[in-house]
Amino acid sequence: MSQVLVVTSGKGGVGKTTSTAAIGAALALSGQRVAVVDFDVGLRNLDLVMGAERRVVYDLINVVQGEAKLQQALIRDKRLDTLYVLPASQTRDKDALTEEGVTRVMEELRNHFDWVVCDSPAGIERGAMLAMRHADVAIVVTNPEVSSVRDSDRIIGMLDSKTVKAEKGEYMEKHLLLTRYDAARAERGQMLKVDDVLEILSIPLLGIIPESEAVLNASNVGCPVTLVDSDSAPARAYLDAARRLEGENIPMVVPSERRGFMSKLFGRRAA
Amino acid sequence: MTIFNFFKPARSAPVARDRLQILLQHERVSAGSSDLIAKLREEIIGVIARHVDIPADKVQVKMQRAEAVSTLEVEIELPNPVRRRAEAAA
Repeated sequence: MSQVLVVTSGKGGVGKTTSTAAIGAALALSGQRVAVVDFDVGLRNLDLVMGAERRVVYDLINVVQGEAKLQQALIRDKRLDTLYVLPASQTRDKDALTEEGVTRVMEELRNHFDWVVCDSPAGIERGAMLAMRHADVAIVVTNPEVSSVRDSDRIIGMLDSKTVKAEKGEYMEKHLLLTRYDAARAERGQMLKVDDVLEILSIPLLGIIPESEAVLNASNVGCPVTLVDSDSAPARAYLDAARRLEGENIPMVVPSERRGFMSKLFGRRAA
Repeated sequence: MTIFNFFKPARSAPVARDRLQILLQHERVSAGSSDLIAKLREEIIGVIARHVDIPADKVQVKMQRAEAVSTLEVEIELPNPVRRRAEAAA
Protein backbone atom coordinates (compact mmCIF):
# COMPACT_ATOMS: atom_id res chain seq x y z
CA MET A 1 0.00 0.00 0.00
CA SER A 2 1.32 3.39 -0.91
CA GLN A 3 2.09 5.96 1.74
CA VAL A 4 2.17 9.72 1.41
CA LEU A 5 4.75 11.27 3.69
CA VAL A 6 5.11 15.01 4.24
CA VAL A 7 8.36 16.52 5.47
CA THR A 8 7.44 19.76 7.13
CA SER A 9 8.49 22.44 9.62
CA GLY A 10 7.35 25.86 10.68
CA LYS A 11 10.68 27.56 10.42
CA GLY A 12 12.71 27.68 7.22
CA GLY A 13 16.25 26.44 6.88
CA VAL A 14 15.98 23.55 9.32
CA GLY A 15 16.69 20.83 6.75
CA LYS A 16 13.41 19.82 5.15
CA THR A 17 14.77 19.51 1.63
CA THR A 18 17.94 17.73 2.77
CA SER A 19 15.81 15.35 4.83
CA THR A 20 13.34 14.74 1.99
CA ALA A 21 16.19 13.80 -0.35
CA ALA A 22 18.00 11.68 2.24
CA ILE A 23 14.94 9.76 3.43
CA GLY A 24 13.49 9.41 -0.08
CA ALA A 25 16.77 7.89 -1.26
CA ALA A 26 17.00 5.67 1.83
CA LEU A 27 13.51 4.26 1.15
CA ALA A 28 14.34 3.72 -2.52
CA LEU A 29 17.56 1.87 -1.60
CA SER A 30 15.45 -1.05 -0.42
CA GLY A 31 13.90 -1.36 -3.89
CA GLN A 32 10.67 0.48 -3.17
CA ARG A 33 9.33 2.92 -5.71
CA VAL A 34 9.70 6.42 -4.32
CA ALA A 35 8.70 9.85 -5.66
CA VAL A 36 10.00 12.96 -3.93
CA VAL A 37 7.75 15.93 -4.67
CA ASP A 38 8.77 19.56 -4.26
CA PHE A 39 5.86 21.66 -3.03
CA ASP A 40 8.02 24.72 -2.47
CA VAL A 41 6.77 26.60 -5.52
CA GLY A 42 8.72 29.79 -6.08
CA LEU A 43 11.88 28.58 -4.38
CA ARG A 44 12.36 25.08 -5.79
CA ASN A 45 15.41 23.43 -4.30
CA LEU A 46 14.71 19.72 -4.15
CA ASP A 47 15.82 19.19 -7.77
CA LEU A 48 19.11 20.93 -6.96
CA VAL A 49 19.76 18.88 -3.82
CA MET A 50 18.94 15.73 -5.79
CA GLY A 51 21.24 16.76 -8.65
CA ALA A 52 18.41 16.85 -11.20
CA GLU A 53 18.25 20.60 -11.83
CA ARG A 54 19.40 20.42 -15.44
CA ARG A 55 16.89 17.76 -16.38
CA VAL A 56 13.75 19.68 -15.41
CA VAL A 57 11.37 20.18 -18.33
CA TYR A 58 7.93 20.07 -16.72
CA ASP A 59 7.10 20.64 -13.07
CA LEU A 60 4.41 20.07 -10.45
CA ILE A 61 2.39 23.10 -11.58
CA ASN A 62 2.33 21.89 -15.19
CA VAL A 63 0.93 18.58 -13.99
CA VAL A 64 -1.54 20.14 -11.57
CA GLN A 65 -2.84 22.42 -14.32
CA GLY A 66 -3.04 19.57 -16.82
CA GLU A 67 -0.39 20.99 -19.18
CA ALA A 68 1.83 17.93 -18.84
CA LYS A 69 1.37 14.31 -17.93
CA LEU A 70 2.79 13.06 -14.67
CA GLN A 71 5.18 10.74 -16.54
CA GLN A 72 6.58 13.71 -18.48
CA ALA A 73 7.37 15.66 -15.33
CA LEU A 74 8.84 12.87 -13.20
CA ILE A 75 12.64 12.74 -13.41
CA ARG A 76 14.24 9.38 -12.76
CA ASP A 77 17.25 9.49 -10.47
CA LYS A 78 20.60 8.81 -12.11
CA ARG A 79 21.74 6.56 -9.27
CA LEU A 80 18.63 4.64 -8.23
CA ASP A 81 16.10 3.51 -10.80
CA THR A 82 13.25 3.35 -8.27
CA LEU A 83 13.69 6.98 -7.20
CA TYR A 84 11.94 9.85 -8.97
CA VAL A 85 11.79 13.63 -8.50
CA LEU A 86 8.76 15.77 -9.25
CA PRO A 87 10.20 19.30 -9.23
CA ALA A 88 8.52 22.57 -8.32
CA SER A 89 8.37 25.56 -10.56
CA GLN A 90 10.56 28.53 -9.79
CA THR A 91 8.91 31.16 -11.88
CA ARG A 92 5.21 30.49 -11.76
CA ASP A 93 2.74 32.08 -9.42
CA LYS A 94 2.47 29.95 -6.30
CA ASP A 95 -1.31 30.29 -6.32
CA ALA A 96 -1.30 28.18 -9.48
CA LEU A 97 -1.53 25.09 -7.25
CA THR A 98 -5.22 24.35 -6.90
CA GLU A 99 -6.61 22.08 -4.23
CA GLU A 100 -8.48 19.91 -6.77
CA GLY A 101 -5.42 19.66 -9.01
CA VAL A 102 -3.17 18.63 -6.14
CA THR A 103 -5.71 16.04 -5.00
CA ARG A 104 -5.77 14.52 -8.49
CA VAL A 105 -1.96 14.44 -8.80
CA MET A 106 -1.54 12.89 -5.36
CA GLU A 107 -4.02 10.16 -6.24
CA GLU A 108 -2.12 9.44 -9.43
CA LEU A 109 1.21 9.37 -7.57
CA ARG A 110 -0.25 6.92 -5.06
CA ASN A 111 -1.06 4.55 -7.93
CA HIS A 112 2.52 4.52 -9.19
CA PHE A 113 4.64 4.64 -6.05
CA ASP A 114 5.13 2.91 -2.72
CA TRP A 115 6.17 6.19 -1.10
CA VAL A 116 5.31 9.76 -2.08
CA VAL A 117 7.55 12.08 -0.07
CA CYS A 118 6.39 15.71 -0.14
CA ASP A 119 8.86 18.48 0.61
CA SER A 120 6.80 21.25 2.19
CA PRO A 121 7.52 24.96 2.04
CA ALA A 122 8.23 26.52 5.44
CA GLY A 123 5.55 28.36 7.34
CA ILE A 124 1.85 27.94 7.90
CA GLU A 125 0.56 29.38 4.65
CA ARG A 126 -1.43 27.76 1.89
CA GLY A 127 1.60 26.06 0.32
CA ALA A 128 2.40 24.20 3.52
CA MET A 129 -1.24 23.22 3.92
CA LEU A 130 -1.39 21.82 0.36
CA ALA A 131 1.80 19.83 0.95
CA MET A 132 0.48 18.18 4.13
CA ARG A 133 -3.15 17.89 3.04
CA HIS A 134 -3.07 14.32 1.71
CA ALA A 135 -0.35 12.94 3.95
CA ASP A 136 -0.74 9.66 5.84
CA VAL A 137 2.33 10.34 7.93
CA ALA A 138 4.33 13.48 8.73
CA ILE A 139 7.91 14.18 9.65
CA VAL A 140 8.31 17.43 11.59
CA VAL A 141 11.89 18.63 11.11
CA THR A 142 13.16 20.63 14.08
CA ASN A 143 16.45 22.19 15.12
CA PRO A 144 17.32 22.27 18.83
CA GLU A 145 16.67 25.98 18.88
CA VAL A 146 13.82 27.97 20.48
CA SER A 147 12.30 29.48 17.33
CA SER A 148 12.33 26.16 15.52
CA VAL A 149 10.68 24.30 18.41
CA ARG A 150 8.00 26.95 18.77
CA ASP A 151 7.17 26.88 15.06
CA SER A 152 7.11 23.08 15.10
CA ASP A 153 4.38 23.27 17.72
CA ARG A 154 2.27 25.34 15.34
CA ILE A 155 2.83 22.85 12.54
CA ILE A 156 1.82 19.94 14.78
CA GLY A 157 -1.39 21.84 15.48
CA MET A 158 -1.96 22.24 11.73
CA LEU A 159 -1.30 18.54 11.07
CA ASP A 160 -3.96 17.74 13.65
CA SER A 161 -6.56 20.02 12.11
CA LYS A 162 -5.92 20.78 8.43
CA THR A 163 -5.16 17.38 6.92
CA VAL A 164 -7.68 15.11 5.22
CA LYS A 165 -6.91 12.44 7.83
CA ALA A 166 -7.54 14.82 10.72
CA GLU A 167 -10.77 16.07 9.16
CA LYS A 168 -12.01 12.50 8.90
CA GLY A 169 -11.30 12.14 12.61
CA GLU A 170 -8.44 9.71 12.03
CA TYR A 171 -5.13 9.80 13.85
CA MET A 172 -2.48 11.75 12.00
CA GLU A 173 0.84 9.94 12.45
CA LYS A 174 3.60 12.44 13.29
CA HIS A 175 7.30 11.96 13.87
CA LEU A 176 10.00 14.29 15.08
CA LEU A 177 13.29 14.51 13.21
CA LEU A 178 15.82 16.52 15.17
CA THR A 179 18.47 17.94 12.85
CA ARG A 180 21.78 19.77 13.37
CA TYR A 181 22.15 18.18 16.77
CA ASP A 182 25.44 18.53 18.58
CA ALA A 183 25.56 16.01 21.41
CA ALA A 184 28.61 17.60 23.02
CA ARG A 185 27.01 21.03 23.20
CA ALA A 186 23.77 19.57 24.53
CA GLU A 187 25.77 17.78 27.21
CA ARG A 188 27.37 21.08 28.21
CA GLY A 189 23.94 22.70 28.53
CA GLN A 190 24.45 24.96 25.56
CA MET A 191 21.85 23.33 23.35
CA LEU A 192 18.40 21.90 24.05
CA LYS A 193 18.66 18.18 24.65
CA VAL A 194 16.69 15.58 22.72
CA ASP A 195 14.58 14.89 25.80
CA ASP A 196 13.79 18.58 26.27
CA VAL A 197 12.47 18.88 22.73
CA LEU A 198 10.52 15.62 23.02
CA GLU A 199 8.94 16.68 26.28
CA ILE A 200 7.91 20.04 24.84
CA LEU A 201 6.52 18.77 21.52
CA SER A 202 5.37 15.31 22.71
CA ILE A 203 5.45 13.46 19.39
CA PRO A 204 7.54 10.31 18.86
CA LEU A 205 11.17 10.62 17.81
CA LEU A 206 12.12 9.32 14.37
CA GLY A 207 15.78 10.21 14.39
CA ILE A 208 18.56 12.53 15.48
CA ILE A 209 20.70 13.93 12.70
CA PRO A 210 24.02 15.24 13.93
CA GLU A 211 25.49 18.52 12.80
CA SER A 212 27.97 17.40 10.19
CA GLU A 213 30.04 18.52 7.23
CA ALA A 214 28.72 15.54 5.28
CA VAL A 215 25.30 17.22 4.91
CA LEU A 216 26.71 20.30 3.19
CA ASN A 217 29.06 18.20 1.07
CA ALA A 218 26.10 16.16 -0.14
CA SER A 219 24.06 19.18 -1.19
CA ASN A 220 27.16 20.71 -2.81
CA VAL A 221 27.48 17.76 -5.14
CA GLY A 222 23.72 17.29 -5.62
CA CYS A 223 23.36 13.84 -4.13
CA PRO A 224 21.30 12.73 -1.11
CA VAL A 225 23.64 12.24 1.86
CA THR A 226 22.40 8.67 2.24
CA LEU A 227 23.79 7.85 -1.23
CA VAL A 228 26.93 9.94 -1.48
CA ASP A 229 28.47 9.25 1.91
CA SER A 230 26.44 6.40 3.34
CA ASP A 231 28.88 5.68 6.14
CA SER A 232 28.81 9.23 7.56
CA ALA A 233 27.02 9.86 10.86
CA PRO A 234 24.08 11.80 9.31
CA ALA A 235 23.63 9.19 6.57
CA ARG A 236 23.47 6.39 9.13
CA ALA A 237 20.97 8.42 11.14
CA TYR A 238 18.78 9.00 8.07
CA LEU A 239 18.97 5.33 7.05
CA ASP A 240 17.86 4.30 10.54
CA ALA A 241 15.06 6.90 10.45
CA ALA A 242 13.80 5.47 7.15
CA ARG A 243 13.72 1.97 8.63
CA ARG A 244 11.81 3.24 11.67
CA LEU A 245 9.28 4.79 9.28
CA GLU A 246 8.67 1.32 7.94
CA GLY A 247 7.94 0.11 11.40
CA GLU A 248 11.26 -1.47 12.27
CA ASN A 249 12.32 -1.20 15.86
CA ILE A 250 15.83 0.20 15.83
CA PRO A 251 17.44 1.49 19.01
CA MET A 252 17.95 5.25 19.03
CA VAL A 253 21.55 6.30 19.30
CA VAL A 254 22.73 9.86 19.62
CA PRO A 255 25.09 9.98 16.69
CA SER A 256 28.25 11.99 16.79
CA GLU A 257 31.07 12.66 14.44
CA ARG A 258 34.39 11.04 15.15
CA ARG A 259 36.40 14.07 16.11
CA GLY A 260 40.08 14.53 16.60
CA PHE A 261 41.76 15.33 19.86
CA MET A 262 42.23 19.02 19.13
CA SER A 263 38.63 19.65 18.05
CA LYS A 264 37.41 17.76 21.12
CA LEU A 265 39.66 19.88 23.30
CA PHE A 266 38.35 23.13 21.89
CA GLY A 267 34.88 21.79 21.34
CA ARG A 268 34.06 24.14 18.53
CA ARG A 269 34.54 24.50 14.85
CA ALA A 270 34.53 27.40 12.48
CA ALA A 271 30.99 27.59 11.20
CA MET B 1 34.97 37.79 31.33
CA THR B 2 37.18 36.06 33.84
CA ILE B 3 39.33 33.08 33.06
CA PHE B 4 36.87 30.86 34.95
CA ASN B 5 34.09 31.70 32.52
CA PHE B 6 36.26 30.39 29.75
CA PHE B 7 36.36 26.97 31.30
CA LYS B 8 32.75 26.94 32.37
CA PRO B 9 30.55 27.91 29.44
CA ALA B 10 27.12 29.41 30.16
CA ARG B 11 24.33 26.83 30.39
CA SER B 12 21.67 28.55 28.33
CA ALA B 13 19.74 25.43 27.29
CA PRO B 14 17.78 25.03 30.55
CA VAL B 15 16.63 28.65 30.18
CA ALA B 16 15.51 27.92 26.62
CA ARG B 17 13.61 24.88 27.80
CA ASP B 18 11.73 26.78 30.51
CA ARG B 19 10.91 29.69 28.22
CA LEU B 20 9.55 27.37 25.57
CA GLN B 21 7.41 25.41 27.99
CA ILE B 22 5.75 28.54 29.32
CA LEU B 23 5.34 30.14 25.90
CA LEU B 24 3.84 27.08 24.24
CA GLN B 25 1.37 26.53 27.05
CA HIS B 26 0.00 29.98 26.35
CA GLU B 27 0.10 29.62 22.59
CA ARG B 28 -1.70 26.29 22.64
CA VAL B 29 -4.53 27.95 24.50
CA SER B 30 -4.85 30.83 22.06
CA ALA B 31 -4.14 28.90 18.82
CA GLY B 32 -4.70 25.14 18.55
CA SER B 33 -8.16 24.46 19.88
CA SER B 34 -9.01 28.14 20.18
CA ASP B 35 -12.72 27.81 19.54
CA LEU B 36 -13.30 25.22 22.22
CA ILE B 37 -11.24 27.04 24.85
CA ALA B 38 -12.81 30.41 24.07
CA LYS B 39 -16.33 28.97 24.29
CA LEU B 40 -15.61 27.11 27.52
CA ARG B 41 -14.10 30.20 29.05
CA GLU B 42 -17.07 32.36 28.07
CA GLU B 43 -19.60 29.92 29.47
CA ILE B 44 -17.65 29.29 32.67
CA ILE B 45 -17.47 33.02 33.28
CA GLY B 46 -21.19 33.25 32.56
CA VAL B 47 -22.07 30.59 35.14
CA ILE B 48 -19.85 32.04 37.83
CA ALA B 49 -20.95 35.60 37.16
CA ARG B 50 -24.52 34.57 37.88
CA HIS B 51 -23.55 33.92 41.48
CA VAL B 52 -20.36 35.82 42.19
CA ASP B 53 -19.19 39.19 41.03
CA ILE B 54 -16.01 38.37 39.21
CA PRO B 55 -13.79 40.14 36.68
CA ALA B 56 -13.41 38.21 33.41
CA ASP B 57 -9.62 38.14 33.58
CA LYS B 58 -9.72 36.13 36.82
CA VAL B 59 -10.90 33.04 34.98
CA GLN B 60 -8.18 31.11 33.20
CA VAL B 61 -8.81 28.07 31.06
CA LYS B 62 -5.85 26.04 29.88
CA MET B 63 -5.68 22.99 27.71
CA GLN B 64 -2.58 20.82 28.01
CA ARG B 65 -1.92 18.53 25.08
CA ALA B 66 -0.10 15.27 25.55
CA GLU B 67 0.22 12.04 23.64
CA ALA B 68 -2.22 9.87 25.55
CA VAL B 69 -4.42 12.34 27.42
CA SER B 70 -5.08 16.04 27.35
CA THR B 71 -6.05 17.91 30.49
CA LEU B 72 -8.26 20.92 30.96
CA GLU B 73 -7.23 23.24 33.73
CA VAL B 74 -9.65 25.85 35.00
CA GLU B 75 -8.35 28.42 37.42
CA ILE B 76 -10.79 30.83 38.98
CA GLU B 77 -9.57 33.52 41.28
CA LEU B 78 -12.35 34.63 43.60
CA PRO B 79 -12.24 38.06 45.19
CA ASN B 80 -11.75 38.04 48.95
CA PRO B 81 -14.15 38.44 50.70
CA VAL B 82 -16.49 36.78 48.20
CA ARG B 83 -19.13 39.26 47.18
CA ARG B 84 -22.35 37.66 46.13
CA ARG B 85 -23.86 38.86 42.91
CA ALA B 86 -27.02 40.14 44.62
CA GLU B 87 -25.10 42.08 47.25
CA ALA B 88 -22.84 43.57 44.64
CA ALA B 89 -25.84 44.74 42.70
CA ALA B 90 -27.53 46.19 45.76
